[in-house]
Amino acid sequence: MKSYAIFLGCTIPARQPNYELSARKTLEKLGVELVDLDNFTCCCPAPIQSINLESSQAVAAYNICLAEEAGLDIVALCNGCFESLAMANAALKKDKKLKAHINEVLAKVGKEFKGTIEVKNFLQVLMDDIGLEKIKEKVTKPLSSLKVAPFYGCHSLRPSKLLQLDDPERPQIFENLLEALGAEPLEYRNKLKCCGGLLKGISDDTALELAREKLANTSKAGADCISTLCPFCFVALDIGQIQVKGKFQEIYDLPILHYSELLALALGVAPEELALRSHKIKADKVLEKIA
Amino acid sequence: MFFSEEVTCRHGGETLTACYQCGTCASSCPVARLDSRFNPREVLNLALLGEKDEILSGDAIWLCTSCFNCQERCPQNVEIAELIFALRNIAIEAGNSPNIYADFGGALIADGRIVAISKFVEKKREEFGLPPLKPVGVEDLNKILEATGFTKPEKTEASK
Repeated sequence: MKSYAIFLGCTIPARQPNYELSARKTLEKLGVELVDLDNFTCCCPAPIQSINLESSQAVAAYNICLAEEAGLDIVALCNGCFESLAMANAALKKDKKLKAHINEVLAKVGKEFKGTIEVKNFLQVLMDDIGLEKIKEKVTKPLSSLKVAPFYGCHSLRPSKLLQLDDPERPQIFENLLEALGAEPLEYRNKLKCCGGLLKGISDDTALELAREKLANTSKAGADCISTLCPFCFVALDIGQIQVKGKFQEIYDLPILHYSELLALALGVAPEELALRSHKIKADKVLEKIA
Repeated sequence: MFFSEEVTCRHGGETLTACYQCGTCASSCPVARLDSRFNPREVLNLALLGEKDEILSGDAIWLCTSCFNCQERCPQNVEIAELIFALRNIAIEAGNSPNIYADFGGALIADGRIVAISKFVEKKREEFGLPPLKPVGVEDLNKILEATGFTKPEKTEASK
C-alpha cells in the first residue's frame, strides 16, 4: 500500500470540508494511506510570494523537509499548495546553488532539504499509483450521461517546466480520469484560462468577470457541472454564481464539484457522507442525473 | 544602480533583460483583455526603462493573477510571473501594497496559516468525521521569515 503525507494547506481545512472529506474517503477506498504530519505550515502561495519570494521558497522547502524526514511523498489537494511545494521541490533539486542557499536558512531550524521525495497533486496520485484500469474496476455507480466541464485551474499545470503534470496547452489527465468514471468530459472556450480567484480583494470586478466568463462558456458547452481541483477555483465559481446573479442578473445554476467528489459518488460513497451541503450551488441536479 | 539591475539581482527577477517586447505575454494574459490598467509587456517595458516610481506606485503589478500563461509561452523564457513577484517584493519593501497583503502577512506570522481556523470550524470537522488538525510549525516558520528578511506589509490610508 502506498502512503502519502497529506498536505491540507489553509483554505481546505478552514473552508472546504467537502474537498477534504471526499479526498480522504476516495484515496482510502483505493488503497492509499494518508498520514497527517505535525508542523506543516502554510505553503506560502502567490499572496505570500508577492510579499517575499525567497521566504516563500524557504518555507515551502521546510514543509518538504518534514515529509522527507518521515520518508513520505506529499499529496497536495489545493492547486496553490501543489504549485508552491512542487515548484520549490523541482527548483531545489535542479539548482545546487539555490539549494545550498536555502539550506543555510533551513539550518536555523535544524532542517536540510535533501531532494528525496516527490510532491504530487490528487490527479497524479490517481494516475501514477492506482491507474485508470483499476479506477474503472472500482466504479460501482458510473456517471454515465453526466457532461462535465473539467477545470484544471492555473497552478496544477503552470509553470509546466517545474510542475510537469501534463501538456500545458492540451492536457488530458483530467479528461481521462473523468472518462474512467463514465462521465463525458467537455471541451469549452478558454478552458485553461484563470478563474480570477487571486484577484479577489484587489480587483473584485475583474475577478468576477473572469469567473462569469467561465460560467458562460461551460454553460454554452452544455455542462451539467464544472469539476475543479482547487479550492480557489471552487469558490470563484460556486459563490461567484451568487455574485454574478446579484450584479448581472444572470442565473447559471451550475453545480461545482471537486474531482474527488465526483470520484466518491462513482465509487459508491453515499451523497450524505460528502458534506455536499457546504456547496452554495446545490449538487441536486447532478445527483438526480446519476441516480 | 539602474532599476533593471536592481530587479535582475533579485530572487525571481533574473530574466528581465531577455525580454524583447514581442507581446506574446499580453496576448496570453486573461486580465489584459478585460482591464486596461494591466499589460504584462508594458510592465516589463517600464522595468527595462527604469520607470521605478511608476511601477511601484501604480496599480498594474497587483492585477496579475499569477496564472503563468505568459511565462509558459514566452519565447525568450522570461519568467514573467516571477518577475511580477519580484516587483511586488520591491514595492512592499518600499511600503506600497494593497491592504490585503497586510492581512496575509499578519496571519502568516501569527498562525502560520493565511486562513484562520476558528473553534467553529474545528467543531464542524469533528461532526464530519475529519481528524483533528495537527499543530502548525509557527515558531520555525517565523525563524525562516526572519532569516529571509520578510517584511510584514503595513496598511496605508491611500490603499484600498
